[in-house]
Amino acid sequence: MATTITMPQLGETVTEGTVAQWLKKIGDSVDKYEDFVEVSTDKVNAGVPSPVTGTIRELLVKEGETVATGTPIAVIEEVGAATVAAAAPPAAEMPAAPSPNGLPASSSVESAAEENALRGASPAVRRLAREHHVDIRTLRGSGTNGRVTAEDVLAAARTVIAAQPASAAPSPTAPAPIPATAKTSTYARPIPGTLIPLTPARRIIAERMVESRHTAPHAWSMVEIDVTDVWNWRVREKDRFERETGHKLTLLPFFIRAVVESLVAFPLMNAKFVPATQSGPAGIYVNDAINIGVAIGLPDNLVVPVIKRTDQLSIKGIAIAAGELIGKARKGKLGVDDLSGGTFTVNNNGANGSWASAPIINGGQAGIVTMEAVIKKVVVRDDDSLAIRQMMNSCLSLDHRVVDGYVASGFLADLKRRLEAMGSQGEL
Amino acid sequence: MAVVSTNSTVMNNVEAVRATLYEAMKNDDRTVVLGEDVGARGNVFLITKDFINEFGPERVIDTPIAEASIVGIAIGMAMEGLRPIAEIQFADFIYPSFNQIVGEAAKTRYRSNGEYTCPMVIRTPYGGGVRGALSHSVSVEALFYHVPGLKIVAPSFPADVKGLLNAAIDDPDPVLFLEHKKTYRLIKGDVPNGHYTIPLGKAKVLKEGSQLTVVSYGLYVHWALEAAQTLEQDGISVEVIDLRSIRPMDKTTILQSVERTRKLLIIHEDNKFGGIGAEISAMVAEEAFFHLDAPIRRLAGPDVPAMGYALPLEEEFMSSPGEMAEAMREMVKF
Repeated sequence: MATTITMPQLGETVTEGTVAQWLKKIGDSVDKYEDFVEVSTDKVNAGVPSPVTGTIRELLVKEGETVATGTPIAVIEEVGAATVAAAAPPAAEMPAAPSPNGLPASSSVESAAEENALRGASPAVRRLAREHHVDIRTLRGSGTNGRVTAEDVLAAARTVIAAQPASAAPSPTAPAPIPATAKTSTYARPIPGTLIPLTPARRIIAERMVESRHTAPHAWSMVEIDVTDVWNWRVREKDRFERETGHKLTLLPFFIRAVVESLVAFPLMNAKFVPATQSGPAGIYVNDAINIGVAIGLPDNLVVPVIKRTDQLSIKGIAIAAGELIGKARKGKLGVDDLSGGTFTVNNNGANGSWASAPIINGGQAGIVTMEAVIKKVVVRDDDSLAIRQMMNSCLSLDHRVVDGYVASGFLADLKRRLEAMGSQGEL
Repeated sequence: MAVVSTNSTVMNNVEAVRATLYEAMKNDDRTVVLGEDVGARGNVFLITKDFINEFGPERVIDTPIAEASIVGIAIGMAMEGLRPIAEIQFADFIYPSFNQIVGEAAKTRYRSNGEYTCPMVIRTPYGGGVRGALSHSVSVEALFYHVPGLKIVAPSFPADVKGLLNAAIDDPDPVLFLEHKKTYRLIKGDVPNGHYTIPLGKAKVLKEGSQLTVVSYGLYVHWALEAAQTLEQDGISVEVIDLRSIRPMDKTTILQSVERTRKLLIIHEDNKFGGIGAEISAMVAEEAFFHLDAPIRRLAGPDVPAMGYALPLEEEFMSSPGEMAEAMREMVKF
């Protein structure tokens, strides 16, 4: 902001003053209270202090000239204001609309502005951008100095969601785009021949699945586990357990407990691949806590709430924690905290009879293991006798950047051994 | 006092303090007021005028000019079952009693493992803008808010003065009750009739807004409100919170507001460095960091030893409603 300085009244009866000497030239900087001009009147000669800190922009009166008090004599640009004025035009000239793919065309002015957008992003802007999957660099800031504000991010997020169906641009090999119609087609009630707009949850699932499948090279393996003993244990305890805790006792907590023990034995399965960044080279980070995510399918969503510090819980503790998370998931009450921090995932896939599956790894983890359907089978035992046993397949998808088949198959064999040796009674 | 309805009376802040003290003296024989000139002279602002005639010199005690004694005697009274209301004539004179307040009153409950409490109120007029110069302008809240065991209240409206002073008198622990002297006769408002209390440690949203949270207390609450109302005409929406209690501090009200507006401006008259704004700022940075869309800003007194007597010096020290509006405007624009 420019401040205009007027000829001061140096004394009660003084009506005019003469600029005796400018102590500063145009372009000089001046501190608040620093004399920048000497003024003489018929009574006094005095230095006049600047009322602001800034830069001399204009000197409006020549040395020796006499003007009435109150006449503008100089203009001082306040500190900070000058940079605003200089930086504002390029920001204002930035293209308002990003290119069709959502990324701006590159130019030096814009990359400077992009850098600026990132550097000046407030904590709220960064958080909202992350939550709404908005790239701050593509936004035109409405704040001071072109700063992207929290409101700008929210506005962009609203635009993206509104524009989602239309932006499904055809690729050369894709069939003709499905026309959006006026009928409301939803994931829960799909109407044939319509395009279902993505909910934020579906969009995130799509992004995460693509990202995981494309960045982590998936490999797959399966073991068959004799769960007869733990099954019997569960059957014997389940009524009492539900009465005492209010939660159902399924095979899941027994399985998770065994998974945790196997992860302790194979810490590389509880790790993640860390790509190279500017701050450091790539590596494999071995998690110190074991937090098991449990995949839960809902009619229109997939959530993976996390049992924190699963390694510190008994079978009973896991059953209660999982029961609470499943209850919250079904009511849509899961918080951010419930969904974060997972280090390995268990998918109870067998409830509907699936016998084998190839799951996609939850991004940032080394593997995901499934529980398939428990099926009675006739098996040949070690002593060559035949027996009818409760058998369950368990499938493992692994990130081949983190572990090889050697570790993964060792892990699966260990898991099988632990479940089969868990017995059919004991303290839950 | 003009009666506007059967349920409330219009009062200024002096009248609200006087009415509340009178009620406390009337309703509870254990209540004692003591301080310089509170008796025969009826206090320099006439708050306790004629109290001595009605309640006698044993309950309305004129003390020597010795602040450490005023507070020390009140502590003894409080520990032995009375409900003393000590007055420090001006907050600028509170320093001799610092040891009694911080070293004794605030620690009584802890030191005696709960055997003794110190149910006392220390009332004192504070603040500037009245040409009070070096010894009648000071704000002392930051000197005391560091001290656990001491509650600090600084109401701005007559109805809050009554409700909070009643709560302070009822409180089982020492309460420092700060009365901004410029608001004494300047601010008038409806005061509900009859006995009521307002809980200590609860702030009040005076004006709702969506683009900026302003937290203030004392005289500046009125000016901040005025500034915010002016900006309303330009479509700028500012939320104004009257802290009312400085300690305990109402974190919830502040955080809920900042999480909505994403910006925080703290305005107080006391010096900026280490002032109340520093604590609010630190608290919000710790607990609402990811909601902030602008640096937290404090508009507060400059770090000079005192408010000068010369009007330009006083004006330089004090923030005006215009300066407050400018700061609000800049933060909303940021």
